[in-house]
Amino acid sequence: MARNKESLVLLLDVGPSMHHVLPDVEKICSILVQKKLIYGWSDDVGVVLFGTDETNNDLEKEVGGYEYIMVLCGISIVNKNLSGILQNLPRGNAPGDFLDAIVVGMDLLIRKFGPTNRGKMRICLITGAQNPTKEPYEGTKEDQVSIISEQLKSHGIKLDCIITRIQSGLADQEAVAENDSLLFSFSNKGKAKVTFLTQRVALLGALRTRNISAVTVFRGDFELSSTMKIKIWVYKKTSEERFPTLKKYSDKAPGSDRFATHEVKLDYEYKSIEDPNKIIPPEQRIRGYRYGPQIIPVSSDEWEAVKFRPEKSVKLLGFTDASNIHRHYFLKDVYSFIPEPGNKKAAIAVSSIARAMRETEKVAILRCVWRQGQGSVTVGVLTPNLSSQETMPDSFYFNVLPFAEDVREFQFPSFSGFPTSWLPNEQQQEAADNLVKSLDLAPEGRGEMLMPDLTPNPVLERFFRFLELKSTNPDTEVPPLDPTLREITEPDPDLLSSNKSLLNDFRLLFDIKRRPKWKDSKRSADENPEIKIGDKSPVREFEAMMGHVNGSDSAVGGIRSMKIYVHDLLENSYEGDAYPKAMDCLLALRKACVLEQEPKEFNQFLREIFDRWKATDLRSFLELLASKNISLISKTESPASDASDEEARSFLIKAEAFSQ
Amino acid sequence: MDVDPEDLFRDDSDSEDEFNKEFEANKELVVYLIDSSPSMFAPFSESDTEGSTYFHIVVDSILQSLKTQIISRSYDEVAICFFNTKEKKNLQNLTGVYLFNVGDREPLDRSTASYLKEFSRIEEKFLKEIGSCYCISAVSKENTIYNSLWVAQALLRKGSLKTSNKRILLFTNEDDPFGDVSGLVQRDMIKTTVQRAKDAQDLGISIEILPMSRPDEKFDVSKFYAGMLGLDDKEISHFESSAVERLEDMREQLRKKMFTKRKVKTFLFSISDEISIEMNSYALIRPTVPGGVTWLDSVTNLPLKPERSFICEDTGALLQEPAKRFFKYKGEKIVFSIDELSEIKRHAPSRLRLLGFKPLHCLKDYHNLRPSTFIFPSDEEILGSTRTFVALHRSMLRLGRFAVAFCGSSARPQLVALIAQEEISNSCGQVEPPGMHMIYLPYSDDIRYPEEHYLNDDMISLWATDDQISKASALLKRIDLKSFSVCQFSNPSLQRHYSVLQAIALDEDEIPEVKDETLPDEEGLSRPGIVKTLDDFKVAVYGKDHDKEEDSLAAQKDSRASKRKAIADVASQQSASYDWADLADNGKLKDLTVVELKYYLTANNLPLTGKKDALISRILSHLQK
Repeated sequence: MARNKESLVLLLDVGPSMHHVLPDVEKICSILVQKKLIYGWSDDVGVVLFGTDETNNDLEKEVGGYEYIMVLCGISIVNKNLSGILQNLPRGNAPGDFLDAIVVGMDLLIRKFGPTNRGKMRICLITGAQNPTKEPYEGTKEDQVSIISEQLKSHGIKLDCIITRIQSGLADQEAVAENDSLLFSFSNKGKAKVTFLTQRVALLGALRTRNISAVTVFRGDFELSSTMKIKIWVYKKTSEERFPTLKKYSDKAPGSDRFATHEVKLDYEYKSIEDPNKIIPPEQRIRGYRYGPQIIPVSSDEWEAVKFRPEKSVKLLGFTDASNIHRHYFLKDVYSFIPEPGNKKAAIAVSSIARAMRETEKVAILRCVWRQGQGSVTVGVLTPNLSSQETMPDSFYFNVLPFAEDVREFQFPSFSGFPTSWLPNEQQQEAADNLVKSLDLAPEGRGEMLMPDLTPNPVLERFFRFLELKSTNPDTEVPPLDPTLREITEPDPDLLSSNKSLLNDFRLLFDIKRRPKWKDSKRSADENPEIKIGDKSPVREFEAMMGHVNGSDSAVGGIRSMKIYVHDLLENSYEGDAYPKAMDCLLALRKACVLEQEPKEFNQFLREIFDRWKATDLRSFLELLASKNISLISKTESPASDASDEEARSFLIKAEAFSQ
Repeated sequence: MDVDPEDLFRDDSDSEDEFNKEFEANKELVVYLIDSSPSMFAPFSESDTEGSTYFHIVVDSILQSLKTQIISRSYDEVAICFFNTKEKKNLQNLTGVYLFNVGDREPLDRSTASYLKEFSRIEEKFLKEIGSCYCISAVSKENTIYNSLWVAQALLRKGSLKTSNKRILLFTNEDDPFGDVSGLVQRDMIKTTVQRAKDAQDLGISIEILPMSRPDEKFDVSKFYAGMLGLDDKEISHFESSAVERLEDMREQLRKKMFTKRKVKTFLFSISDEISIEMNSYALIRPTVPGGVTWLDSVTNLPLKPERSFICEDTGALLQEPAKRFFKYKGEKIVFSIDELSEIKRHAPSRLRLLGFKPLHCLKDYHNLRPSTFIFPSDEEILGSTRTFVALHRSMLRLGRFAVAFCGSSARPQLVALIAQEEISNSCGQVEPPGMHMIYLPYSDDIRYPEEHYLNDDMISLWATDDQISKASALLKRIDLKSFSVCQFSNPSLQRHYSVLQAIALDEDEIPEVKDETLPDEEGLSRPGIVKTLDDFKVAVYGKDHDKEEDSLAAQKDSRASKRKAIADVASQQSASYDWADLADNGKLKDLTVVELKYYLTANNLPLTGKKDALISRILSHLQK
């Protein structure tokens, strides 16, 4: 751990231009401290505020100047009170001078460590850089930047500058322009990294909260051929930071036991299938590998003897057009190929190939075996990563590509083969074009939003925040997602509201609707008896409806809809013109009621129409019923019926009688 | 670490287990019907000097796909039938159909090692033992196509349609099987065959044909097969172009036909609060890994049942799977319930939420973590989904933009990039399907900056000059993999794994060599033109005398090593002149000088550090006194 120890000084601007982002600065700084408590408990942290009302720093006391800069905590090993302090930063009213602050921060580190600790010291500056810096006593501001850079370099201190530009317009444009040029010259002189932020959430992502020591995956030759080799080091460029590992907790220990570990031990036992009580000892176990339906036993010695064992090497297979490698074939996390540090020849060789790749739009295909003894090879694509400064070497990115076995070639229909009703018309296409143009996350001149490099993992942020809350109050509930983090999970409300009419047009033009779902028809029929069966082919629709139902509850919904339909049909019938249709429907209804074992539903309906219409013009329909022999569903037909065979028969007679 | 008992945090694509389960529930039953008439034994093309026949190509391609299948989809079941054979072997005892099988394997069953092995040898003995014979003639009144369909259909009676996919793949180079008969007999044969095919299709069996053209004539599907398969004009024209003309074509076609597509899941894609469309996701690219280890009892070779138990460290009590987890923080154990943990990960409803669009150059090469997922629209639940998707797809292609969305899966809620992919086809069919690829983006916590560690302090430029770049460009053009396609290599490690298993399963002494296709083409690289370009480049970037410099560096190292060796030699000579054991016994070691003591240490390869006392005690312990 100590090898990777870091001494960090946070330089936080708390002046008026920063007040609106300070809540987020507080959050990210306390998460930083939390992570240090977990992963870097021997790291040192110091906090310096500037733009404060008070002044408190050694330089001011000794040489004067350096006003409105306050050392909140001197450099010391990270402790648990720090995150509390950082959550309540004082708001200052003085304009912050970031150059002075850097000097104070640097002074703090140099006083503490002197010439030791090279390369392990970092200053992290968070400011809006919107206030003009003071004129130096001698030389220009540019000179001052040079002097500071020299100092940083000679003491091996890294400088990260995070510049927030979330609200614009209020600032003194001239000062901003001057500051930006000063910041750029910092980064051009090496050792400093400057990041401009336009989005609140990016602040949470810009500060590197966990210091992971870089470990090479491979050091050695990149072989273009057997005679031409380039010395390279390979690192991971991306690697998923996983959710922290939590241990199982046992609450069996009595509450009084203050030394209880609460830990749970896992025990694996392998039991014979034939005799579940027989435990097979490890030496009697043998590994089996599946091959088709068989499981083939192979001892580990045997396996070692025949295993595929390629030689450690990184070899070029050749170059190909970049367009030949589609982006979606990139298979895993990404590697970085860096020329061997301190080897200028390697840097130039990498640089020439990388730049030639960019010019000719080609990429290289490589075969890699990172370690001796590793049982697999990796084939992947090398793409250029050109550095922005001459003193930083060019490098490559390496992405793993799939093997033949990894790809499933499913066939999908062509869009051009779709019926026209599935394809957009001109107007719709135009609306889509507008949408794609207007919901723009990388507007000209405003900087890209949601850049992966600056976007924090909301799950991890939420976990650490909850952890902190729980450490003070074990009964806390999981807090809702932080509003700032919502910028990741939901669209930007400003972007949506400025495109409101566009989205509305889009919605109207495309007319997207849910296919009617009959599963819910009972509920919807109850809530809204208006749900109707269409006029075109009522029987088919009804049957389709009944085909979809599962369980009698939902069947009743369909049956009711049909009853309503038949009822309306007859009520609106003119001179019996709807009788044939109504008859078909009634037959379908009767059939369905028998099938679904809902005879009462049908019988009740039939009695109803009999009672209602026996004295009206519609009684001719009853006659038709009698002539077609359609009666109540009897017990013989469906045991659940409420009508005896006798009643069913007499119903017909009644119907006939009334119709005359 | 198992924090997730309910699979709550598991990803569909991450868990191979689930994938396999899905396959098992939805397996494929395939019957291969191979035409074995004499014309299939004609050389495939005149230019082919190796004299491989149509039959060879079919057998070889099927073998390849069976090998893939046994690795990645071993639950699928297959049967292989030859038709137009002299011998007959099938349950129905129909003429001209030979059902290939081994041992006591069911006719339609999962393939096994011995099945593959026997099938790989079929060519050697086919003509001798099974024999080829074109049986459809007016005289014999035999209809082998009809017979073979009948056999296949009978085989496929097994298994329910709900859990399996039933298919017949027919290989032939005869576009007019009833050409030799005429009149009523012909009409009758055609009618009954078409009816037989239709019956099979009505039972949910899909029939596909893989036609092969003969050198002098194209395979004319309209002569008979279009009618049998019920193809329309458009499909016919597609077929015409797909007739196989090369071995690779056959393999590729079979590869495309091998798997029917399976979706991973259906989900909603919300464009705004009020607009959501329906999509299906498909895992087109997932690393295939050797199957996991099953522990066996070495005595009986029967699988063992692993049992996990939880034991409380404090009390030793046996526990049920505990529902709480803890994390050490500030010296205390902070306890979480499983519910709390899943609540932390729950962000948005499980859907894809559109956040906006960006130009394609914003997607960097290092914005990648996992294999991508393919998405395709569906109108099953939400009408208008496809139309909306196609419109967005076209706009994104035209404007060169990709969509950024938040994927609210419970496994790992993640930002994703959606890239529109245009359909790409070649003579063998679709190469890239139309749709969008979902690329999982890293968060800032996942990205590292190794290149920034090595800033150069000397302020010298590390960029190449124009001349060096142009030499490199020449190199790039020289060593061009013209026909490179992603995934043209098979994984040598996986191939080796399974060839070892196959050899052991079949009790073979020798394990067949697996060719490692991923090795560079040494021969090609040693062509004079390439060597010259490489040398030019080397001189341009390293200077003329690079090798000499390297050699002298190596020589320096060598000379340093030889100096060391010389010292050791001297030391051992000197050391030999003392009687160390005697000196030690008499306690006289302390009378020697440090230089003298070091002779012994050097000669015996021991450390030379420390004060005199330390040296003496080291010598004593080495002498075991």
